[in-house]
Amino acid sequence: MLIYWANDEYKITIFGHTFVRFFPDWYYNLLHIPQRLAEGMAWHFLFMWFFTLNGIFYILYTLISGEWRELVPQKKSFKEAFLVLLHDLHIRKMAPPQNKYNAAQRIAYTAIIIMGIGSVVTGLAIYKPVQFYYLTWICGGYHFARIIHFALTLGYLFFFVIHIVQVILAGWNNFRSVISGFEVINEQPKMVTQPVVEIKDEDEKAGPKE
Amino acid sequence: MKKLVQKNKKPKKELTIDQKINRRNFISFTTFAVLGGVAFGGWRWLYKSPLETPGITAGTRAPLRRALNKTELAFRRIFSNNNLVKTYPKSMAAKNVRHNTDIGSDSKMDMTSWRLNVNKSTGEKLQFTIDQIKSLPKTELVFSFKCVEGWDQIQYWGGVKFIDFINHFGLQDQTQLGYVGMETPDKGYYVGLDMPSAIHPQTLLAYELNAEPIPFKHGQPLRLIIPVKYGIKNLKRIGTITFSNQRPRDYWAEEGYDYYSGL
Repeated sequence: MLIYWANDEYKITIFGHTFVRFFPDWYYNLLHIPQRLAEGMAWHFLFMWFFTLNGIFYILYTLISGEWRELVPQKKSFKEAFLVLLHDLHIRKMAPPQNKYNAAQRIAYTAIIIMGIGSVVTGLAIYKPVQFYYLTWICGGYHFARIIHFALTLGYLFFFVIHIVQVILAGWNNFRSVISGFEVINEQPKMVTQPVVEIKDEDEKAGPKE
Repeated sequence: MKKLVQKNKKPKKELTIDQKINRRNFISFTTFAVLGGVAFGGWRWLYKSPLETPGITAGTRAPLRRALNKTELAFRRIFSNNNLVKTYPKSMAAKNVRHNTDIGSDSKMDMTSWRLNVNKSTGEKLQFTIDQIKSLPKTELVFSFKCVEGWDQIQYWGGVKFIDFINHFGLQDQTQLGYVGMETPDKGYYVGLDMPSAIHPQTLLAYELNAEPIPFKHGQPLRLIIPVKYGIKNLKRIGTITFSNQRPRDYWAEEGYDYYSGL
């Protein structure tokens, strides 16, 4: 986000009227971040390597380990994701049965990968629009690529907020299992269809059956 | 497992499930905490790392500047004179051309006394009048001018290709050098360009904007238009051009921006 601190270019203006300024003056004053474009760009062009490589390694890992099977949405996922949403909003009592990840998670975790690839492609398109003119062309031109790149950044913020809220709602045992890679289930296997469905990770089940 | 146990004086009891769970939790959470600490520490180190020693570049933290320079080397490999900036029909060019800064081009000066000074690496100095430059074949370019701040605007410029200028005045040997430096007559603004970008076929010494002589605030009478760079490299009102093997000084690189700033 550092790169967008520079000035007031990021706004939505239609027919000469500015509707939204993403970064109004009070925003700069509040965070004490006036005019740090040069610094933002320097960080950006270092961390672009880190994020891109991280993304590549993650994709390779899911492919090699076969984890992608748990992550890629299935045909039924789109219908089920809606039921999961209703369930999470406490409109519906039962969530559909699931494996490691529920349908909404499958869609979200695959979407974030596609968003990541989108960021790399639009990023290169606006970073070297002359040398990578074909990427810029694919992205609908320099200006449009810039808008997509910015919109994706807002998308990550959105994803991050929902993600963190869901982790908190899912509770301690879920978080513990994310870190340690196994889950403790003390009761009957029925639990799987009960509200515990937020569970992110259950590589192995260590439980009373051992 | 059994043999191990027997070697101990007190035979260890088989771990209970709860103990196993606790042990694995402890190991994973310690690893998590250590990795988290390392990541946070690394970030703090970078955030508080010392500024680079001011020189040709300045104003950026030393490790970040190293990253910028390494990134430049990586991306210079894909630079090609065959990759041209996208051009547009003249009708799409902005009538009201955006003007961002006056640094180096706001000093009052008598345009009739303006000369273009060229310093060769041999020490030889040349001078050109605007009429000499206008007598060379004109190239017109309608392209999207891009600023580091995030805006871009389609603009229509006319002038002589820098490479045409070099060839016509017998400066070909100077293109063997690594860099070109350009400065305004008052030395208030200056840029350094790598040679491949400077001799790119769309790099212009421009004297026309929207088919009219360039107005004062846009760099009358002659300015640099280099579409393979951000706006910060498009110097207004060229006073001096110097060929060199060292990186020439650059106004915004001294303020923490990337020296290369190529597109």
